[in-house]
Amino acid sequence: MNMIVTPASPATPNGTTRPQVRIVIVGHVDHGKSTLVGRLLHETGSLPDGKLEMLKAVSARRGMPFEWSFLLDALQTERDQGITIDTTQIRFRTNSRDIVLIDAPGHAEFLRNMITGASQADGAVLIIDALEGVRDQTRRHGYLLHLLGVKQVAIVVNKMDRVDFSAERFKEISDEISAHLNGLGVKPTAVIPISARDGDGVAMRTDRISWYKGPTVVEALDALEPARPLEALALRLPVQAIYKFDDRRIVAGRIESGSLIAGDEIVIMPAGKIAKIKTVESWPVTPVAGRQGAGRSVGITLDRELFVERGDIIAHASAAPRETRRLRARIFWLHDKPLAKGDQLLVRCGPKESRATVVAIEKAVDPGELSSSENKAIGRNHVGEIDISLSNPIATDPYTENPRTGRLVIEVSGRIAGGGLVLSVDAGQRALPVDIVPVESALRPDERSARYQHNGAVVWLTGLPASGKSTLAKALERRLFTNGGSPILLDGDTLRAGLNSDLGFSTADRSENIRRLAEVATHLARNGHIAIVAAVSPAREHRATARRIADTAFREIHVATPAEVCEDRDPKGHYKKARAGALASFTGIGNDYEAPQAAELVIDTSTRTVAEAADEIEQMLKTTGVLFDETVDLAANI
Amino acid sequence: MDHLDQLEAQSIYIFREAFARLKKIALLWSLGKDSNVMIWLARKAFFGRVPFPALHVDTGKKFPEMYRFRDHYGKEWDLDLRVEPCPPIDAVDPTLPPAARSAARKTEGLKMALGKFGFDGLIAGIRRDEEATRAKERVFSPRGLEGNWDVRDQPPEFWDHFNASPPQGAHLRIHPILHWTEADIWAYTKRENIPIIPLYLARDGKRYRSLGDQDITNPVASTASNIDEILIELEQTKVPERAGRALDHETEDAFERLRVAGYL
Repeated sequence: MNMIVTPASPATPNGTTRPQVRIVIVGHVDHGKSTLVGRLLHETGSLPDGKLEMLKAVSARRGMPFEWSFLLDALQTERDQGITIDTTQIRFRTNSRDIVLIDAPGHAEFLRNMITGASQADGAVLIIDALEGVRDQTRRHGYLLHLLGVKQVAIVVNKMDRVDFSAERFKEISDEISAHLNGLGVKPTAVIPISARDGDGVAMRTDRISWYKGPTVVEALDALEPARPLEALALRLPVQAIYKFDDRRIVAGRIESGSLIAGDEIVIMPAGKIAKIKTVESWPVTPVAGRQGAGRSVGITLDRELFVERGDIIAHASAAPRETRRLRARIFWLHDKPLAKGDQLLVRCGPKESRATVVAIEKAVDPGELSSSENKAIGRNHVGEIDISLSNPIATDPYTENPRTGRLVIEVSGRIAGGGLVLSVDAGQRALPVDIVPVESALRPDERSARYQHNGAVVWLTGLPASGKSTLAKALERRLFTNGGSPILLDGDTLRAGLNSDLGFSTADRSENIRRLAEVATHLARNGHIAIVAAVSPAREHRATARRIADTAFREIHVATPAEVCEDRDPKGHYKKARAGALASFTGIGNDYEAPQAAELVIDTSTRTVAEAADEIEQMLKTTGVLFDETVDLAANI
Repeated sequence: MDHLDQLEAQSIYIFREAFARLKKIALLWSLGKDSNVMIWLARKAFFGRVPFPALHVDTGKKFPEMYRFRDHYGKEWDLDLRVEPCPPIDAVDPTLPPAARSAARKTEGLKMALGKFGFDGLIAGIRRDEEATRAKERVFSPRGLEGNWDVRDQPPEFWDHFNASPPQGAHLRIHPILHWTEADIWAYTKRENIPIIPLYLARDGKRYRSLGDQDITNPVASTASNIDEILIELEQTKVPERAGRALDHETEDAFERLRVAGYL
């Protein structure tokens, strides 16, 4: 429940006819926050009838001069005594919009409120005392705005009456704070001289600031860009559950953003399966006609039987969320035990949950001190930026693109321990410029599947040198192609000649070699091809990375030809050279080959012909859903 | 979406989370206006059925109208209705004031039902605006092994992310209409045409605003004989909703003591 000063507009951005802007007022204690808010409420006609008169009478009776801050105090008290608890917001209206003021008392509390509201805070007002000028606290608040990603900041220089409305003093402060904020990448939208107590500059430009030509505070608020209403964003329907109480199979969830209607073509992420919405189900009347928008809890049926599960996100195919196993988040931490690099967590993004590991702590900040300590743990009630690696892929959006799906909570031992905003997906590893936007293929997976009669896959052949990987890979390539498929051979040695020619044989280089092979193979698989990788890939850990990258598309084949047979064959003469000591880092002679423990298929080429081995592989690809039997219904496989 | 649409969508979301994240849940049906709205919302959430039991912890002292209502709508709404008795009065804490002691029977009955069925989640129709200690509630509110509520150590809950892992043997209270007000309940009851017990409507200058046991619930002065009139009355009245509930007023902390011990 929010404190609603004016009879009101809905609590969420959607559904409002007037644009809604959420702002936070920050500034040093005693620089006049409450006075400005009291004034704003009055000047915009947002106070209940008689409220001001009542307070003036009370002040007079007690022999005190009236202060505008009393207004806020009075409201605060009413709220404290009331029964609502989430009273961190005050609403009022300007000519053109509804303003939601995020009230931020106290330090630690303040920061949590601000972060909690940051995904919806469209702007901020930073208040500075004209007499005292820019203080440390002012700089800290400027830094916080930067940290929270609030880009629209109106600066208010208050108590101009104390400096005789001096234009010179105003300019001094204006220059100093602008320089500070510009240094942080925050550009002030206006710098406004005011006297909140007397009303100069709040809603009116008075004679005393006749030298000032810019907007008043109310005009500056009117000029803030409202956030796009949730309904105007891309469709995001996180799946809460699938119900089958009768012959309907209903996918249930709440539309977090965008809208949907029966007949829409949708994609189910992260799997990328395509379907059409058949009906929107409801009760007591069903199905419902008409478009359903953000905020609605709905149930839909699809035009085909697909495996959908809790945590999947339904989106329109043209604007799907990104799928990732790695993301960067700005978080606030509430747990007693500090969050450190390497910690294992449970991350929730809507109904989706995934085990996760903290890969890096990029920033850790005590909001009281605002001292930034790189790569340290994040303590209780502190904030920070972290890179997380997830054990399951999740579909998410950066919070700047979607405040609803771009946020997450962190659970430790079954209890919420922190929360935060998704800054970017796929963080880490490469220093990605944040403005890279992957371009989706023009074709859908099912279109390719229909042509090739198979799904995309990564068939990974691992085994000792000369175990027969390349021979098998080529036989498989020929066979799949003959049957109308689209196989592509990625031979480890061949790629080392080009793409990976910068890599040697150190552990780090081998790891990178496998990562690149896996990335290329996965890209091909996502585009419907069967990537056949033939690479010794001796380290179990590296192959695990490849499986993680390729995910459900991965099929591992251990070419388990005995070592002595391999050495006997030695088609490239490598064993001979290695025995002679002329080949350092050669896998096969030492004990450095780590055999797979759970490969999809194991083949010993010393006891099989090439044709028999290819048969076995083909059979495995059929039973694991890569190749289609002719009888298979195509729709069921996409 | 209007105000009631938003309340409804939020409640449905909570119902579906409870059903998805807990193993064995039940809905507490006290037959009053709030729990009737709650059942209605459950049917909306699950497309016409309530896929878990409705539990009536029966003191045996409800109004006859309430029993009639239960038996009729339990069938009509196709509920898996479980009626569970409460222990006799001398089985509960004798230091509590009389009405609170009477109400504490319900807490004991609830615990017995919990033990009998092994529920890990109980859905209850409490609202923040009813009473100050309820205002401090979470949507998913953990209870200790004894059914007790630790108001000082509640888990953080924000952005509709709920803590849903009760320790072994303990349970969660789920509050899908915590964010509703008394007026919301009536406006929604009217909009959706949800049946009500006639005791809520004024007869001879009095009506019940809140229904409990016969011996500890009193009507308030009112002329509101239909829902529209109730809504007008609520806008004007300064009388709190639970004014007619004796147990709230015996001693200052009676209600808090009851709630900490596991009362709704």
